[in-house]
Amino acid sequence: MIEKALKGSSVYWGWIIFLLCIIGAGFMAYLYQLKVGLGITGMSRDISWGVYIAQFTYFVGVAAGGVMVVIPKYLHHYSKYAKIVVFGEFLAIAAVVMCLLFIIVDIGQPMRMLNVLLHPTPHSMLFYDMIVLNGYLLLNIICGYNTLLADKKGVPCPGWVKPFIYISIPWAISIHTVTAFLYAGLPGRHFWLTAIMAPRFLASAFAAGPALLIMILLFVRRVTKFDPGMDAIQTLAKTVCYAMITNLFFMGCEFFTAYYSQIPGHMHTLDYLFRGLHGYGELVPFMRAAIVIGLFGVFLLLVPPIRRNTKWLAVAAASVFVATWIDKGVGLVIGGFIPNPFETITEYHPTLPEITIATAIWGVGALIVTVLYKVAISVREQQAA
Amino acid sequence: MSMDRRKFLKAAGLTTLVGLGGKGVFELLRPGTVEAEMNHEGHGKEAHGEKDAGSKIRWAMLIDVMALNKEKIEKIVHTCHHIHNVPNWGDPKNEIKWIWEDEYEHVFPDSYNEYNDILNGMPFLLMCNHCDNPPCVRVCPVQATFRRPDGIVAQDYHRCIGCRFCMAACPYGSRSFNWLDPRVHLEQEIAQGRKLNKRFPTRMRGVVEKCNFCVERLAEGKQPGCVEVAPDVMFFGNLADPNSNVRKILKERISLRRKLELGTKPSVFYLI
Repeated sequence: MIEKALKGSSVYWGWIIFLLCIIGAGFMAYLYQLKVGLGITGMSRDISWGVYIAQFTYFVGVAAGGVMVVIPKYLHHYSKYAKIVVFGEFLAIAAVVMCLLFIIVDIGQPMRMLNVLLHPTPHSMLFYDMIVLNGYLLLNIICGYNTLLADKKGVPCPGWVKPFIYISIPWAISIHTVTAFLYAGLPGRHFWLTAIMAPRFLASAFAAGPALLIMILLFVRRVTKFDPGMDAIQTLAKTVCYAMITNLFFMGCEFFTAYYSQIPGHMHTLDYLFRGLHGYGELVPFMRAAIVIGLFGVFLLLVPPIRRNTKWLAVAAASVFVATWIDKGVGLVIGGFIPNPFETITEYHPTLPEITIATAIWGVGALIVTVLYKVAISVREQQAA
Repeated sequence: MSMDRRKFLKAAGLTTLVGLGGKGVFELLRPGTVEAEMNHEGHGKEAHGEKDAGSKIRWAMLIDVMALNKEKIEKIVHTCHHIHNVPNWGDPKNEIKWIWEDEYEHVFPDSYNEYNDILNGMPFLLMCNHCDNPPCVRVCPVQATFRRPDGIVAQDYHRCIGCRFCMAACPYGSRSFNWLDPRVHLEQEIAQGRKLNKRFPTRMRGVVEKCNFCVERLAEGKQPGCVEVAPDVMFFGNLADPNSNVRKILKERISLRRKLELGTKPSVFYLI
């Protein structure tokens, strides 16, 4: 089945080569980082996690978002998702691989990585993160591959796959809950120390994952003979709308607690991110833009005639994706370190090699999506013919 | 580097033994050597650490901030960083700090009082608090940082994977990461006249480090380096023993501990 990825137009191959170039550049940058150390990044004693961990966190969300297709299909037998559920699963595979790569490039001694297995530590949340992320990857490979294979043969999905599909549903929730727990259990980091961290992560994940899926499916619909079905895409859009509203509501709750209580520790990071603190405020324009863009996306999705317009739907999905990315893929992790434990401020500026490495991991994700979607679309086109 | 391989391995082996062999080190300790009041029994529960309630030792550091001045601070920091081969990067992005100076309002940001002219601006010394309930130990995925029965929060540089979860978890900013190769920098410093302490290993890049309460010196029956050079400022002793030097001082002086509201139970006390 996978051989279908080897037959494609010159545009397809051009895109693959472009991605390989990006990945190659990042790989060179990573070799440089391996040789010199993480000092080549913009991270410092005060901002000890940067782009890598922020992107990791965001893409755990994208991966978990795939469950928003799986639940309607398998728990509610929503038949319009029958053709696209595999795209949700394949997107999750790409996102989880990206997460694992972001972790690998972030650690200072990657050759010691297996110490996590050698010295299993149940009181560390990273231990559980390792289990749930790898487990989720495996589950999606099993479910995605076998459902597509069954479709190709024109037979129903084998019975033994069903339990894995059902397990994958709570498992998706678990990956983002555990990722939130990495942050939400740390004393002295006021911004992260919030009980709604996991719910908020899930809300933004269920907005961001399906939003990305909508964008890709709209693209697929344009350039291939496979039609995912506008009804299915519209239902996805409603999911994105609900989830994004929930996410913005949770964000509002954080603002209320901080500013109504007037407790300085609760306000400082929000001040830094949205208003500027002690003259520092490099992220302010981005964070404010995230709110505006997020609200704009919700508005587009809320008004049915706009949502049904394909072009505006693409804009809405892109808005939600960008807004959640700035909020979670930039502000959340960096903000947690500002101010530092001494109530002073160090800002963070990612370096070129750091961005090159991160971009390469995006490239790996895009490559996996491209190849897996190519296979899935070929199967679907064959079915249609 | 001026240290040859054989000598380095000897030093590294000794320190690994010290770092890993919590119990073994206990046996090396002899009563009276580090004011280690091991003769007194049954007082463990009186220490406020519930964990290891049976442990007879919980090391603690008292810092008399009223007796601190620039000169002493410099001496203490220099001594510590020399003993432990801490490179002097000279820039805040890459710096490694085991013990360092900061002002009261940064050390106790939660109890900052703008009318407190006595404390505001006063220099304090910061170091790892060797918490009784350490968040860094809780989050470490490989147990590279661990709490020994005597209360010292130790770091195994040979196991650390460099994930920096402990740095995010520490509410005191006590941990430093080797962003670049410290050995390369130490070599440059040696070329400029710095002496390497061959009895303590250097670290490799990509691992986290911090104050270790001079565990390697305790094993030899010595006081921590900072206490040795500033015996009128730094006091080290057994918190679990009600008759120890530190408990006696704590009975007489007002002491502060950082961010008590977080429940970490620091072992470093500031005397005012």
